Amino acid sequence: MTLLRHTHGGTITERQALTINPAKTCQPIGAMYAALGIHRCLPHSHGSQGCCSYHRSTLSRHYKEPVMAATSSFTEGSSVFGGQANLHQALQTAFTTYEPDVVAVHTTCLSETIGDDIPQIVQKATEEGLIPEGKYVIHANTPSYVGSACTGFANMTTAMVDYFSASASPDKVAGRINVIPGWVEPADMREIKRIVRLMGLEAIVFPDTSGVLDCPQTGKHELFPRGGVTVDQLRATGDSIGTIALGPVCSGPAAAQLTTRCRVPNTVLPLPIGLHATDAFIMALRKYNGGKVPREIADERGRLLDLITDMHQYFYGRTAALWGDPDQLASLSQFLMTIDILPKYVVTGTPGTKFLKRMGEVLGDRKSEAQVRQGPRADMFLMHQWIKNEPVDLLIGNTYGKYIARDENIPFVRHGFPLLDRVGHQYIPTVGYAGAIRLLEQILQVTLDKIDRESPEEQFELTL
Amino acid sequence: MSAPTTDTATPVTPNESIDAAGVRKKMLENYPAKTRRKREKQIIVNEKQLDADGAKVLPVIAANTRTAPGIITQRGCCYAGCKGVILGPTRDIVNITHGPVGCGYYSWLTRRNQTHAPTDEHDNFITYCFTTDMEEENIIFGGEKKLSQAIQEAYDLFHPKAIAVFSTCPVGLIGDDVHQVALSMKEKLGINIFGFSCEGYKGVSQSAGHHIANNQIFKHVIGENDKPRGRWAVNLMGEYNIGGDSFLIEDLFRRCGIDLVATFSGNSTYDQFANSHMAKLNCVMCHRSINYVADMIEKKYGVPWIKVNFIGATATAKSLRKIADFFQDDKLSENVERVIGEEYPAVAAAQKKYRPRCTGKKAMLFVGGSRAHHYQELFSELGMETVAAGYEFGHRDDYEGRRVIPSIKVDADSRNIEEMNVQPDPDKFRPEGPEMARKAEQRGYRFHDYDGLMIDMKEQTLIIDDISQYETERLIEAIRPDVFCAGIKEKYAVQKMGVPCKQLHSYDYGGPYAAFQGAVNFYAEIDRMVNARIWSHIPAPWDEISPVKEVSE
Repeated sequence: MTLLRHTHGGTITERQALTINPAKTCQPIGAMYAALGIHRCLPHSHGSQGCCSYHRSTLSRHYKEPVMAATSSFTEGSSVFGGQANLHQALQTAFTTYEPDVVAVHTTCLSETIGDDIPQIVQKATEEGLIPEGKYVIHANTPSYVGSACTGFANMTTAMVDYFSASASPDKVAGRINVIPGWVEPADMREIKRIVRLMGLEAIVFPDTSGVLDCPQTGKHELFPRGGVTVDQLRATGDSIGTIALGPVCSGPAAAQLTTRCRVPNTVLPLPIGLHATDAFIMALRKYNGGKVPREIADERGRLLDLITDMHQYFYGRTAALWGDPDQLASLSQFLMTIDILPKYVVTGTPGTKFLKRMGEVLGDRKSEAQVRQGPRADMFLMHQWIKNEPVDLLIGNTYGKYIARDENIPFVRHGFPLLDRVGHQYIPTVGYAGAIRLLEQILQVTLDKIDRESPEEQFELTL
Repeated sequence: MSAPTTDTATPVTPNESIDAAGVRKKMLENYPAKTRRKREKQIIVNEKQLDADGAKVLPVIAANTRTAPGIITQRGCCYAGCKGVILGPTRDIVNITHGPVGCGYYSWLTRRNQTHAPTDEHDNFITYCFTTDMEEENIIFGGEKKLSQAIQEAYDLFHPKAIAVFSTCPVGLIGDDVHQVALSMKEKLGINIFGFSCEGYKGVSQSAGHHIANNQIFKHVIGENDKPRGRWAVNLMGEYNIGGDSFLIEDLFRRCGIDLVATFSGNSTYDQFANSHMAKLNCVMCHRSINYVADMIEKKYGVPWIKVNFIGATATAKSLRKIADFFQDDKLSENVERVIGEEYPAVAAAQKKYRPRCTGKKAMLFVGGSRAHHYQELFSELGMETVAAGYEFGHRDDYEGRRVIPSIKVDADSRNIEEMNVQPDPDKFRPEGPEMARKAEQRGYRFHDYDGLMIDMKEQTLIIDDISQYETERLIEAIRPDVFCAGIKEKYAVQKMGVPCKQLHSYDYGGPYAAFQGAVNFYAEIDRMVNARIWSHIPAPWDEISPVKEVSE
């Protein structure tokens, strides 16, 4: 029996209003994830309880980790009279009971629709003494009906700059850069820090969820674990010599804001997934370290190339379908092109202006063989209809792809958000050269498993 | 193998080392005054007193009241209760979430309500997420046109029997009339289309959404199909087929010859709801989420309702016998005894195996609106004691029993949820229902019989409504339980404290836990959890000799 039994190929009628199986989710969850990357920060959802509950549940299922966040618990009354009283009580309870250093408020469709003015409410809370000395409340506007979770991540990251980044002196600190890693896994943030260290640089990485959403089992629950970028570090971002923003959608806006506020020059790069995007990251780091690349990194690149050349026969001529967030999709597609897999179908619900152009560059002369869709109704249902009409050899995307994978018997590599049904992504990076090896290993694994499962007995292979 | 006629679980002596009042004080310690005053009424030491007639008087608990903002609550929203819980499990209705993308997205396949659509020809939309994905212009100019168009597109693509529309927060604020849109599309397309005003901000928890879902299903679906049913026709209400629970109960019913008309709403279809008023008895499992519909069916169609519980082997046997007792038919009683007899050897063998490994251990349950009560049966069958429990969205009657309903003060949040005025249907009310009920009552049979969680819990246990993260941690520190039952948001924090946490919303991808086979599954699972070796390996071998020093990176 099929799981998605109502999806058919044939003539595809364009929908004007109904989204089916979305390839995006709403802003606030991105803001919550970003805020968790500040040390001793309690994210706060200014809206109905359900938003906070859904975001915490989804993040917990993805990371298999505690995700602590509070809510303004709007009722019908607060929806009529505004959420000021709720937010004031929330701040008082949160600071008294949980003692965070920072409360990071994000809005919801509810509080945006009624027009709650967060800075004004927080100002009033300050006047009433509800925010203890030395503690901070920051905020980002994240209306759920604009953009996507990526937008929310970008907005909360930009809020970090708005609230904290400062330039203490006209001289920048040589050898220290800011890296905005984008919406990647804690393992990826850890890997980015390792790469920067290997390049001989000091970096302030923000947000940084490593050490927050991949905590060791110690028998003790730390509501605020050791990880996360500190307020002092965020302040110091204004004095770094430059900012590297990884992923234009998630990290670009904060980098630009830091340039505006503190004159820190920025470089916006693709997420360093795959060979070329990692090359670009290393080349950007070289600008700050005098141009050297350590043997260790050169060897990692060499090992990645070695794997691609050795296994090329399993990549060449194949096709893939991808869905998810634009920063990931652009880099993954580029990597697939590098190894001669065609990203035949690519969908993202996240709206934007530059993604299609970027995908055009990535696809190059094979552009006409691929279908790329972005924005409203660019959803997994449409992608599945395309697959029904002309199948692909590989699926790359979040957990929701498992229904298509099973119905169509297509090898499936889980990547992106949310991954609700597997582990590994929180521990093992896919950024950098080493991360690319991990991705290839996963692609090979699912591809070869299918060959092994389906090859006739007489053709069943022992060796590659 | 003879079947049990009374509780098989040996009573466990209350653990006198627990200083319930002291623990309560600790939990309340660190709140601002206003929040503390509120929580004081929701954290209760279970101390029963005898009244003048020698009846047990339970302490009063504040429940179904607003959550203190900022407290880190387990609770979700009205939409989650309506779309996620009640309507989510029905496979052949196209459920369109009218709102920004998130609400539909997060409730897409995340509740593990399994369904069995026998062939590819049978509709099954559970694997799909349908949303109007409202954008800024829809918030500014209104979303009714987009909703109409979305319904049209859903109809054109899928031709379902029915389409339901669920309102999210902004829909109520901008004034989209989902009911009018549903009505005009219903007239246009000729299929049943109905809306739910289940905006997230309504009520104080998921519970409001349950009530709204009950009302609309009653108004728009129940009573649409008068197909006559068998002599032992029942509905199973408030059972959502998490991890396949309903499948096991369905199997028991089938073997007993009980005609299951509809389950609300595990493994259910539209037609089952439409026909459900033709049942002769409503069996209510999760009292909190579904008692409204049971009440309304009784008033309009004359079908009486009883409380049942299929969690726990003893409770399952008791519930089957109670159903048989209602019908007063020797053949049915014989069937029921036969099935219990067939099932019990495996249960007894499992109890013999697991009970010695679990007995005397402590459990805590903070979940739902009935599970924190029902699952105590399974723990007591393992010889384990529940030392603290509470609901996420229960009402006072779920704690203190239905007898307190008249004394519950209706506050502003509840007053906004429609209380439907239901009258007997002039054509479809079947007087034989109340007549059978009257006779049954004469022989001591009880209807509407939910006595709540408190009466079943031992003295000096802690009853906590809407427990917060802070209280959870203080409670675990003070009384280290051997297993803690809650949901995904609590799970990993509890486990980080070195205590295994069983999710009783999703069953951690496990189950089924209902009925007899489910009980056996649960015993094995709890044995695994409370006896896992890994918990003793947390300290590193060097901890005693040279603890790790903090070094900055």
